[in-house]
Amino acid sequence: MSTINLAVNGQSVSGEVEPRTLLVEFLREQLRLTGTHVGCDTSQCGACVVMVDGKSVKSCTMLAVMADGCDVTTIEGLAEGAELHPMQQAFMDNHGLQCGFCTPGMVMSGLDIVNRHGNELDADTVRRELNGNICRCTGYQNIVKAIRAGARAMGD
Amino acid sequence: MQENGIGASVRRKEDQRFLLGKGRYTDDINVAGQTYAVFVRSPHAHAVIEGIDARAAGAAPGVVAVLTGEDLAADGIGPLICGVVVTSDDGQPHRAPAHPALAQGKVNHVGDHVAVVIAETLAQARDAAELVEVNYRPLPAVASTADAAGDGQQQIHEEAPNNICFNWPFGDKAANDEAFDSAHKVSSIELVNNRMVTNPMEPRAALGEYNSGTEEITLHMTTQNPHVHRLVLAAFNQLAPEHKLRVVGPDVGGGFGAKIFVYAEELVVGWACRKVNRPVKWTADRTEAFMSDAHGRDHVTKAEMALDENGKFLAMRVHTTANLGAYLSTFATMVPSYLYAFLFAGQYATPLIYSEVKAVFTNTAPVDASRGAGRPEATYLLERLVDVCAADMGLDPAEIRRRNFIPKDAFPYQTPVVQCYDSGDYEAALDKAMKLADYSGFEARAAEAKNRGKMRGIGFSSYVEACGIAPSAAVGQLGGGVGLWESAQVRFNPTGNVQVFTGTHSHGQGHETTFAQLVCDQLGVPFENIEVIHGDTAKTQFGMGTYGSRSLAVGGVAIAKACDKLIAKGKKIAAHAMEAAEGDIEFAEGNYTVAGTDKAMNIAEVAFNAYVPHSYPEGVEPGFDENAFFDPMNFSFPAGTHICEVEVDPATGEVEIVDYTAVDDFGKLVNPMIVEGQVHGGIVHGIGQALLEGCHYADDGQLVTASFMDYAMPRADNAPDFRIDYAPTDPPHNPLGVKGCGEAGAIGAPPAVINAIANAIGAKHVEMPATPETVWRACQSAV
Repeated sequence: MSTINLAVNGQSVSGEVEPRTLLVEFLREQLRLTGTHVGCDTSQCGACVVMVDGKSVKSCTMLAVMADGCDVTTIEGLAEGAELHPMQQAFMDNHGLQCGFCTPGMVMSGLDIVNRHGNELDADTVRRELNGNICRCTGYQNIVKAIRAGARAMGD
Repeated sequence: MQENGIGASVRRKEDQRFLLGKGRYTDDINVAGQTYAVFVRSPHAHAVIEGIDARAAGAAPGVVAVLTGEDLAADGIGPLICGVVVTSDDGQPHRAPAHPALAQGKVNHVGDHVAVVIAETLAQARDAAELVEVNYRPLPAVASTADAAGDGQQQIHEEAPNNICFNWPFGDKAANDEAFDSAHKVSSIELVNNRMVTNPMEPRAALGEYNSGTEEITLHMTTQNPHVHRLVLAAFNQLAPEHKLRVVGPDVGGGFGAKIFVYAEELVVGWACRKVNRPVKWTADRTEAFMSDAHGRDHVTKAEMALDENGKFLAMRVHTTANLGAYLSTFATMVPSYLYAFLFAGQYATPLIYSEVKAVFTNTAPVDASRGAGRPEATYLLERLVDVCAADMGLDPAEIRRRNFIPKDAFPYQTPVVQCYDSGDYEAALDKAMKLADYSGFEARAAEAKNRGKMRGIGFSSYVEACGIAPSAAVGQLGGGVGLWESAQVRFNPTGNVQVFTGTHSHGQGHETTFAQLVCDQLGVPFENIEVIHGDTAKTQFGMGTYGSRSLAVGGVAIAKACDKLIAKGKKIAAHAMEAAEGDIEFAEGNYTVAGTDKAMNIAEVAFNAYVPHSYPEGVEPGFDENAFFDPMNFSFPAGTHICEVEVDPATGEVEIVDYTAVDDFGKLVNPMIVEGQVHGGIVHGIGQALLEGCHYADDGQLVTASFMDYAMPRADNAPDFRIDYAPTDPPHNPLGVKGCGEAGAIGAPPAVINAIANAIGAKHVEMPATPETVWRACQSAV
């Protein structure tokens, strides 16, 4: 077992993990932050996307020990109390979610797209950048719309 | 009309918790003392089990138990069942080989369940599962749908000679043959409806808890129909008596059919938690989902149409071989029969239809309902065949459809295949779609594309579907083991807020919002004071669940009926309170008024009076809480025309969907925002089938596509924005005037896409999934 120390959603946390423990397992099982989901085992679906030191990471593809000393943000770390982050609000306003399972990963990927491409996003860019996130419910159109609207709102 | 009532695109109530990461899916739930289950699965498609040695696994660190089929049988846990009977051409019921939840001496597909290891941690259970030694004697495997019933094939089940589950002829063969013999023209097509894996994003999961004090099992699980699961697990699998079994479907991350069925894993978890007297959790990984979720489609079909000299359809015949996999899943037999052949009329007035369906067993995962279930298969062959007819007759694809449509003044329309369509205006949807898609401008767009080296094509799909399967008596006549009504309970609390209990289950559809809108509209209660509760057999009365686009068309009506009862009871209470005759009381917008006076009483006050009946009408029961059941008189028949435009790069075979228009008839829309979202999702599901998704087994029965790396799910850049509009008609059988919208896109899209590709490259047919390789090869042979 290894001891890891990291910041998750602005709070210092530590934990004992096996070398094989994945970051997503640590978040879900030890910290009980179950908003981050596991939809596949092959880094394809993106339901587990979190921010690690400001960059989007598939937390099923990173060992917990690799997050030692890192600053992690999960879907639970975005809102101010009940007030949604502008990207979350945009998903609600544009019906960018149905069953909600892929949604945390979609929101986190949306934030990463804004970080890298700015607040004015065209639909093609968003569609291309979402290649690592799978949704079975929405047909993506409203997710694309939501991310574009969220990006604009973040710039206001 | 209320601000948040019927017709308003209200933001969804459920979104806040999902967006905050506070959804509560089955795998999110942990309980004290919980153990973890990992299944030992067959690596072989077909093998005899000569022995299982679990000693090393049982002695491994943290292992609580290793259980096999022997233990299951010893405890009297029954095999999995199929709930719908189809009578084969020999007059006997379909062949139903035993389907044990853990193998009894033989395995019949890769991923078949052999044993379960239960341990203190998931990692320990995984490690120990590797130590279970199973001695297999492999047998030849049957993987091909088309060849499964062929001479000399390996037999899979003794009970099913030639691997045939049923042969099901349907229709008047002699009359049909005669029409074909005298036809001006016969058009035909042979096609494969590709096998799909349903793949809701949340894998299946179950958490079983046993209370030895009350002898009750609580099973949290990924379910679309908690009461149906409880019923089957209790009555047929002997897991526990129905009143000692609680099934909870908490937040469920998509279903699309895959979470209707009673699977081995959920049953084993329920059984094991009592056996080891510890909570047991199992969550599928994605590869387990590929191996053990029921798959969809997988038909091989020849379809023919007899035409007169004007391109009118005289008769149609269909021969299909349908792959049901290694065992019968819960509703497997119904899908390639009643949900398939009853839709062969489509939107057309074809007077004679004859079909033969041969359902076969193979050494592959069971096949059952998947978004659309039989209706996409029917629509695909019909709408492809119609395009072949158009080409054979030299007619425009829109024109041949128009000539054969059931006219709008012919409803109710009795088709030759059981269904009686209650309403529709197919030409209106076609006209609107053609206008929106700028059909008349297509030639110019194609010419422009040609200058860029692209082949541009346009494809139509005019579909009809049948959803909200009903009435129960008809379901029974067909051999279905259930009724297909729905229940609702609408409860005012003394403080005036409302709880709505529905027997349907929401796993993405937004029932918490749509049903609250219904109640808001009908009772005039503020939207925010209404809570919709579903998915827990301990909270709601028996209900049938959610599948077949039935929830609003059936469950919504049950809610409306319960509201009507409340309104009627409230009239008596209000009349007493306002000292008026009951006949003078009117109800509107949440208020009871006395006709011709300014006396008024809000329904919340009436509710309070009902719970504090100090001054109360004689003979009226206290309380303000009503339930209702609704058993529809008929299916509902959504329909529409989809038009897809593609560009094909002939050098690579790559297909780009450049434009897509859908005009649907869903009757009245309660929440247009939610409906549009359902349509988007359905269309992309259908585009997935048409262009990307294909579940592939090798000849030896190995599953080649067992992860998202090998099975191509549609992604954001596989489709453009869609143009969505409606051409509604009013269904006379449905008191709310609603139809159903959840599957329409998956039904309409595949033929629209393939028709567009065939049109683009000038080929008669291109098989799904139309991958670049397939399309490139088709381009070569079309040249």
